Amino acid sequence: MKVLRGAWHWLDERGGFAKAFGPVIRHRVPPESAQGRSAWLYVWGVATLAAFLLQVVTGVILATAYVPSTAHAYDSLQFITQDATLGTMLRGMHYFGASAMVVLLAIHMVRVFLTGSYKVPRELNWLSGVVLLALTFGMAFTGQLLRWDSDAVGSVFVAAEQAGRLPLIGSAVAHFILAGQNVGAATLSRFFALHVFILPGLIFLVIGFHLYLVLHNGVSELPASGRRVDRRAYRTWYHSLLDRSGKAYFPNAAWREFLVAATIVAIVAALALTLGPKELTGPPDPTNTQASPRPDWYLLWIFALLAVIPTALEDYVIVLGPLVVAILLIALPFVAGGGERALRRRPWAPAFVAASAVVVGALLYTGVREPWAPRFGTQPLSAAVVGTSSGQVYDGSQAFYALGCQYCHTVKGQGGIRGPDLTNVVNRLTEADIRAYILRGRPEMPAYQTIISASQLDAILRFLEATAGKTGAEAH
Amino acid sequence: MTGRGRKALVSAIALFAAAAAWFSSLPSWARGRRARADASSAPAGPLPPPASPGLPSAEEISRRHFLTGLSIGLGAVGTAIVSVPIVGFIVGPLLRSQPDVWRPVGPLGQFKVGDTVKVTFQDPSPLPWAGVTADSAAWLRRVSESEFRAFSIHCTHLGCPIRWLASAHLFMCPCHGGVFYEDGRPAAGPPPVPLAELMVRVRDGQVEVRTRGVAITGGVLNPPPEKNAP
Repeated sequence: MKVLRGAWHWLDERGGFAKAFGPVIRHRVPPESAQGRSAWLYVWGVATLAAFLLQVVTGVILATAYVPSTAHAYDSLQFITQDATLGTMLRGMHYFGASAMVVLLAIHMVRVFLTGSYKVPRELNWLSGVVLLALTFGMAFTGQLLRWDSDAVGSVFVAAEQAGRLPLIGSAVAHFILAGQNVGAATLSRFFALHVFILPGLIFLVIGFHLYLVLHNGVSELPASGRRVDRRAYRTWYHSLLDRSGKAYFPNAAWREFLVAATIVAIVAALALTLGPKELTGPPDPTNTQASPRPDWYLLWIFALLAVIPTALEDYVIVLGPLVVAILLIALPFVAGGGERALRRRPWAPAFVAASAVVVGALLYTGVREPWAPRFGTQPLSAAVVGTSSGQVYDGSQAFYALGCQYCHTVKGQGGIRGPDLTNVVNRLTEADIRAYILRGRPEMPAYQTIISASQLDAILRFLEATAGKTGAEAH
Repeated sequence: MTGRGRKALVSAIALFAAAAAWFSSLPSWARGRRARADASSAPAGPLPPPASPGLPSAEEISRRHFLTGLSIGLGAVGTAIVSVPIVGFIVGPLLRSQPDVWRPVGPLGQFKVGDTVKVTFQDPSPLPWAGVTADSAAWLRRVSESEFRAFSIHCTHLGCPIRWLASAHLFMCPCHGGVFYEDGRPAAGPPPVPLAELMVRVRDGQVEVRTRGVAITGGVLNPPPEKNAP
């Protein structure tokens, strides 16, 4: 003990650590951020930082085995997952750590918004946080590409096509994303550099600025109803508050953050061990037409949005959507920088958060369910389900499958959900209507005029009558 | 890219960088000059009282302005020099045109009239470490004895790989449910335009497909300059 203390004194005398960092870690914070239940509101920023640091260390170690070449990346990931010591756990932690970072960042942001902590004089805290949000989504997107499986290659095409909707520079940006005219040798290396050097470097830089601002502007006090933010007198008032009742940040407030950070690491590790990393979806073969690329969950709601909005609006949503979100986030501290911070005086704030959560949640739900996607896995109805193994009704059931109807329509519990369930369609529509729909199509359904034969059409109609429990005689 | 094109690009970037360096150093130089002018236009009468100790003289201020401008200017010059290869290297692939080439996809006899099959072929100039990503594919149909049609395997909505459903004579996309008729026209779902087509020819008994880069569909805000049909 004595030796250790002696060593510390030697180091500190020469390094000046206590003098330089002591006041920083013991800076005063408002009492509500260091004691009582309200203190738990203040832990989410450091929690996000902990998730980021977890990503840094797991990512660096993954990079010791990952090969960023389009020819070998997939194989090296398989090696990491299957052969490398604790590779599954490491990849799993990096995967769930990414999810943790996105979730914690969202919680932190919502908390700052709801307590009005973005207001004067902390506008720059908010703005640097917005930059960190964008960088985090950049990391999430580039990270899922580094898996370099069939999903990743598909995502590159999807990203390029989306960029292609931009006015004037669209095609150039699209080919910039591909790093050429096509997906090829250069594509992955760029995303690797982005994910491993450029974006993390920027994140370190902006986090440093963000933390500096937290020290410079102080941790925001809890709002009180009726106490307006006074642009001129705030700092004086805030410092007198700290002088009166401020607590040292370390360890009064810090211990909770250490607890949360350790819990997050433990949860991420547990998820990695139980669920494992996201499975690779197959080799990065651009000629694979059996692939169905899907983004990771934190981008799935955008994928879903592009499926549910009317096609005519799509280009505007792709181009203007991110722009509008960015403008709203950047404008917020300038438009609403003063005034009341208390929730009771800002009822629109929780309403806005709730509305956003409902929209994103609903999009995520429908993104998982993906009713718009054809169900290629569906199988032709068995003779037992059809009720017969020959004749026109059975032929109809087989044609219903062969012509692709069943990918989008359910009959007797089997099939897709893009179109309506057709089990009882003969009770809703006349035979003439059904014929017209099939032959002429609908906006969401191909016209089968040139595809279907007369006998197939008749057979499908008999089949649909049978599924509704009608015999041929009853139907006519 | 041709040698001349590359030279033009490099000199354009260098010119831009030099201009940027000049601009960024300009205000401080101007400040320095103004400070000097102030000093020289001081009244010639009795000398102003000596500045109190610690306050810099006018000469000292002008010197500081000059050195501040010099430092910023030198920083800008260094930045400009290093940004030439950085920007050029990153933007390069955009300016490098990759000429399309004819790639054989199989002997003529292999393709039956009426059938639509997937053919794979190599990109125009694959790098050795591209691996499987050097490959591209197309849906090739032998329409008649002498006529072929080849469609891009990428949906015109957001580029997902489309499947050919032979029994339904439809192309279907797994992502957002886009459907195309066998001639490439959109049949249902979000795809805004027909499938891109590739040129096909028969040479010496071999069916050949003309490679093409990913057909970026564009949209109402970025209308494609040409039709997708070859």
